[in-house]
Amino acid sequence: MPENAGAPDFANWACPLPLKDYPAIVMGHGGGGKLGNELVEHLFLPAFRNPELENLGDAAVFEVASGKLAMSTDSFVVQPLFFPGGSIGALAVNGTVNDLAVSGAEPKFLSAGFILEEGFALNQLAAIVEAMAEAARIAGVRIVTGDTKVVERGHGDGCYINTTGVGQLRAGILVGPTRAQHGDAILVSGTMGDHGMAIMSVREGLEFESPIRSDCAALNHMIADVLAAAGDAVHVMRDPTRGGLASTLNEIAISSNVGVEIDEMKLPVRFEVQSACELLGLDPVYVANEGKAVFFVAPSAADRVLEILRAHPLGREAARIGHVTEQHKRLLVARTAMGSNRVIPTQIGEQLPRIC
Amino acid sequence: MKYLTEFRNGEIAQRIAHEIAQIATRPWKIMEVCGGQTHSIIKNGIDQMLPPGIEMIHGPGCPVCVTPLELIDKALAIAAQPGVIFCSFGDMLRVPGTQGDLFQVKGRGGDVRIVYSPLDAVELAQKNPDHQVVFFGVGFETTAPANAMSVHLAKRRGLKNFSLLVSHVLVPPAIEAILSSPGNQVQAFLLAGHVCSVMGFWEYPPIAEKFRIPLVVTGFEPLDLLEGIRRAVVQLEAGTYAVDNAYARVVNFEGNHPAQKLLGEVFEVTDRAWRGIGVIPKSGWRLNDSYRAFDAEDRFQITGIHTEESPLCRSGDVLRGAIKPAGCPAFGKECTPRHPLGATMVSSEGACAAYFNYGRFLSANELAEAGSAWTEAAHA
Amino acid sequence: MCLAIPGKVEEISVENDLRIGRVNFGGVVKRVCLDYVPEIQVGDYAIVHVGFAISQVDEESARKTLEVFRQMGMLDEELADEAEQFARAAAVRPSHCPDGSCEPQ
Repeated sequence: MPENAGAPDFANWACPLPLKDYPAIVMGHGGGGKLGNELVEHLFLPAFRNPELENLGDAAVFEVASGKLAMSTDSFVVQPLFFPGGSIGALAVNGTVNDLAVSGAEPKFLSAGFILEEGFALNQLAAIVEAMAEAARIAGVRIVTGDTKVVERGHGDGCYINTTGVGQLRAGILVGPTRAQHGDAILVSGTMGDHGMAIMSVREGLEFESPIRSDCAALNHMIADVLAAAGDAVHVMRDPTRGGLASTLNEIAISSNVGVEIDEMKLPVRFEVQSACELLGLDPVYVANEGKAVFFVAPSAADRVLEILRAHPLGREAARIGHVTEQHKRLLVARTAMGSNRVIPTQIGEQLPRIC
Repeated sequence: MKYLTEFRNGEIAQRIAHEIAQIATRPWKIMEVCGGQTHSIIKNGIDQMLPPGIEMIHGPGCPVCVTPLELIDKALAIAAQPGVIFCSFGDMLRVPGTQGDLFQVKGRGGDVRIVYSPLDAVELAQKNPDHQVVFFGVGFETTAPANAMSVHLAKRRGLKNFSLLVSHVLVPPAIEAILSSPGNQVQAFLLAGHVCSVMGFWEYPPIAEKFRIPLVVTGFEPLDLLEGIRRAVVQLEAGTYAVDNAYARVVNFEGNHPAQKLLGEVFEVTDRAWRGIGVIPKSGWRLNDSYRAFDAEDRFQITGIHTEESPLCRSGDVLRGAIKPAGCPAFGKECTPRHPLGATMVSSEGACAAYFNYGRFLSANELAEAGSAWTEAAHA
Repeated sequence: MCLAIPGKVEEISVENDLRIGRVNFGGVVKRVCLDYVPEIQVGDYAIVHVGFAISQVDEESARKTLEVFRQMGMLDEELADEAEQFARAAAVRPSHCPDGSCEPQ
């Protein structure tokens, strides 16, 4: 498997003139002097182009309407940097956008902090930045401030990114992990496990060929549609990233002190994702997603929300998978294809491929 | 997936379970040896589908669980050495040694890598001639051909930097040990289907004869397991003790000849310690003289290992089927998947972990109630 | 033990000194060593464990097994004795309680 499956064609990257002298990152790029400025002028600015950034102040200044703000931060350390269906750049933008969106906020502004390893190829950085710009454009957010630091060779994995996002909370929307109620319908916006298995497919030692692609995507527009239609009938929204659906549902069960039940037969999983899980002995409910949301909604609104989700390109395979109960509080229980019940606990550590 | 999904049909599963209920007139205790079967039984709730008198006892079929503590400690010591790339299946990473596990060694700077196949480790050795690549060769007879091929290739390709840390265990001696132990209650066995795909089942008629116990070669999917159990019950009811093959699409009497041939060239039988059980004579394989040079234990000469099991851990009793996981006082308290005291709680095939993870700390009532309001609530 | 799954052999080649197959497991393809199944051909199904084919699926046998399963229970509609058999089987020692805490009756 090529080291950077899904990566853009680095060989044909047209390097802006001053940067050509430095095909790889050197310590000076993090020093805030001429080299650092060149990176900003010739790489970040052209990619992220927006008035706030172009001021190049120590802080970005912007106006917001009155009301509450939401803020979220996340750091991205994924390996490999490029994988089928996405990259660390796309994740860095979409991950933070999604955290804001599932909190009921409209994402607006992002910061981007880079920690680069000395020797990191500039054309790879350019590709990452381009991916971030594209993701920001689709999500309708602006990257308004940032920072770059460089660490010595061997002290970083090429590129780490931190993004922090600010969004405007919608009036009248109050969602949160403590708000699940008995009887709520549980919906997922699409297939489970795509992202994690896409990463697995290019992970050294475990690689396999498949059409699986990461589902990395910004969910804010789809969520905006849902909130517009269902308003406060939406009680909880989460994006099931690390630890998969199982960990997210367990967290909500505990936060809201309710029981959660799902029907395994109703869980949408792509055929190839299921196959890849069979190969490695993994369970799709624990595999990470980067472009999916879970919704807990009042039962009367469930059909409507499902309709809205399916009408959106990112929610075509949305499904109703379960409900909230007053029994077995703080536990997630699944009905199996055999008709039996099994408890699905929260994941401990990373799910590991097995031979047994 | 073809030849997999068809054997997970819930409706047919119910029919086979119904058949079992029809023919069983007395209570019976059946043991499945293979950890993969334990996992499938508990995950799919197969035991919940059986009539009340039929009890599944979970045997020591988890090679991860039975790998001796001393060997785990040696693995940890080797993995911690500079210049070593230590390769392993994922299962082994969290098995606790006396002090920590392979994950923790990795955290302290050891080069520990998960691979899918031993061939990946051989390739690593070829790509990293200045490192010693060690592969942790754990498993039953199913995995032995893969491990055998890896050292065979290393020898053929003249690799000086590849070695195997071997802990192979064999099923037939384990079954005999269980059947010979005082207080044994097992009345029939489900034989490990994939072990038999390699070895065939010609080793078992003498065991069936000696102990007058029916043995059924069984697969891993819900329909395969239920069918294996059904055929065991048929024999138990009839008082017969033959070896029956319920996994004929994959297993035949003779087994895989090319695999057995290479196994004979690479390994020799030896006594092995089974963690939690003790030494079972002639129950394992080690590299023979022509391949001894590739033995990691010889190459690394680790000394000064002081093994210490947790005094609270009763995994041995669980592995022999003497107690159920919940019968151990530490179960769910001092010992959980997050803080395992012994191997049966670490590996997802370990009976303790399987019980814990699939909710067997709930009472039968609670688990049943869990699905009680399905139809109404789901379509409210 | 023994996570081994069936996959369809799509291509066979020799790489270095090994007979290698491209095996398709429901849309996921891995390179698998076929040295232990020398008779296997493209189009056949292999049982694969840790990158090695250890057996070939006997498709006729699989078909027959599934047919037997489908027939099972279709002729027997009488559930009358079932209750009696349950009771008999349960009389001695109900050990079905998942947490092992049941007392014998």
